[in-house]
Amino acid sequence: MSDIVIETHNLCKVYKMGSVEVNALCGVSLNVMRGEVVSIMGPSGSGKSTLMNLLGCLDRPTSGEYYLDGELVSNLNDDQLAEIRNRKVGFVFQSFNLLPRMTALANVELPLRYAGYRNGRTEQARAALEAVGLAERIHHRPTELSGGQQQRVAIARALVNNPAILMADEPTGNLDSKSGKEIMELILKLNQERGTTVIIVTHDPNIAAQTQRVIRLRDGALVEDGA
Amino acid sequence: MNIGQAVLEALESLNGNKLRSGLTILGIVIGVAAVIAMLAVGTGAQQSITGAISGIGSNLLFVFQGNFREEVRNPKPLTEADAYALRDQFLAPSVAAVAPAVSDQLKITYGSEQKTAEVSGVTPEYLTIRNYTLLEGEPINENHILERASVALLGTEIADALFQRRDGLIGETVRIEGQPFRVIGVLEPKGGGAFGSQDNVVLVPFTTAKNRLIHRNRDRIDIIFIQAIDAKSVSQAAEEVTQILRSRHRIILGANDFTVFTQQDFVQTAQTITGVLTIFLGGVAGISLLVGGIGIMNIMLVSVTERTREIGLRKAIGARKRDILIQFLTESSLLSLFGGLIGIGFGWAIAFVVGQIAQANQTPITPKVGIDAILLATLFSTAVGLFFGIYPANRAANLEPVEALRYE
Repeated sequence: MSDIVIETHNLCKVYKMGSVEVNALCGVSLNVMRGEVVSIMGPSGSGKSTLMNLLGCLDRPTSGEYYLDGELVSNLNDDQLAEIRNRKVGFVFQSFNLLPRMTALANVELPLRYAGYRNGRTEQARAALEAVGLAERIHHRPTELSGGQQQRVAIARALVNNPAILMADEPTGNLDSKSGKEIMELILKLNQERGTTVIIVTHDPNIAAQTQRVIRLRDGALVEDGA
Repeated sequence: MNIGQAVLEALESLNGNKLRSGLTILGIVIGVAAVIAMLAVGTGAQQSITGAISGIGSNLLFVFQGNFREEVRNPKPLTEADAYALRDQFLAPSVAAVAPAVSDQLKITYGSEQKTAEVSGVTPEYLTIRNYTLLEGEPINENHILERASVALLGTEIADALFQRRDGLIGETVRIEGQPFRVIGVLEPKGGGAFGSQDNVVLVPFTTAKNRLIHRNRDRIDIIFIQAIDAKSVSQAAEEVTQILRSRHRIILGANDFTVFTQQDFVQTAQTITGVLTIFLGGVAGISLLVGGIGIMNIMLVSVTERTREIGLRKAIGARKRDILIQFLTESSLLSLFGGLIGIGFGWAIAFVVGQIAQANQTPITPKVGIDAILLATLFSTAVGLFFGIYPANRAANLEPVEALRYE
């Protein structure tokens, strides 16, 4: 198996706003190696959310090719994309996006349910929560947890399926600096331990500074790619 | 994701919005309860009416004067001679017994008590044909007819009203329109019938009635009761009776100037009427079920909008269209299923209360909640939930994950 996890060729995304076409992303070609920690930066409107949606298989490119973990995913249909997301991508959002009525454990179990696992879900989810340091709070609901703890649950949910990449969209954006720091440490630690490729979308230079590689976007184009 | 989990998750979600779920369910409850109650009362009414008609006697035919469907010029009256002609064993082999009768509403008095009852002048065959049995005493016999005896058989309602008891009445004298009649027996109660109560009656000998109570021109009679020899020969008997009466009334062409009804005709007519009534009532009730279904659709649409982000998240972590579709369809079907189940219980209660009220008003209807009605209501309400859930669920399933996640 190659060590390239993400490989894109000339990725373009065009949105139609009425009769006007907007080039949100144009000609982005990049490779990400397994185990890399990459941050995507850029001012708002630069296309970094669009790039993240494409890399996370939430959306399809208008043109260009995208190989995720060796599979061509740029022309899959909705349900196939859902399956790819389930197996290969873990998402961490700025606003956590936990389901409020479910316990932490049930939230973490959710991807396993959609994957069709019948047995061992609870054990796997429990292990994931232990890995993020929440072994004692597995039966708490999100409202009973602090922001940092909620984001840990979200990270556990993202990693429970052992995905190829972890997509984090401003993971510390809604946290105070102390828990933000802890979350970043956790993400980097998990990257070290498991070798999961991490892609962080952020406009915080301090976060970007902790990653091995920074990709900068401007007006939908890649302007800088380096450490 | 399997169905068991989908149901559990749907239950959790419905439980999270108790008031809303409850109100949505209420719409279905009312609809299903109305349908169940209406069907039950309709079936009960049908059964009590057909029961009442069968209670008149068995294998019966009735002959009335005049044609009920077509206009006939100069209709000849039914006469005693017509009735006797029907006894002809050769012309009417399917006829077992014939009983002409005259009847009228007359005042019966005993001491200071009085009551109006249907007084019928009858022949001895009448009691057998109409299935009347006696609580005590003896029936009207040929001698009473020949002697024009002033004797009477009392129905239980009359006995209750005049004497406040049903036995030991033989030998008492009641007055019918002021004329004294000796009580020779009391009829066993039969309950309500197709022509009013069958217990609020007084039977007197045919000849006595014609002579002293119910005056009719020449030998006119009101009705002829005929019993066919068995259930299979009822229509054959009707045919024979029609032929005899037509020739007696000298009708060669054209419509009959009399009408022969069979008991089956009455049963069918009654069933048609109550059937139409039941369908009508059930239809009205069905409309409320429809309204309940629209309520479900409404609330599911609100729910989809509210949970757009949740749907986006579920899709992001790997839910397929089908998963989301199943999730919302399960919720809407559960809403309507619960509504249906509660509605069945509720409808049952309504039907029971209606039955009690009817009982209290002397019109015994026993509402019947059939298994078919229950199955129908359950299936129908779940189908309503599914049907009205499809649009909202489809809308949820087709949300774009990117859009849904961005939704505020």
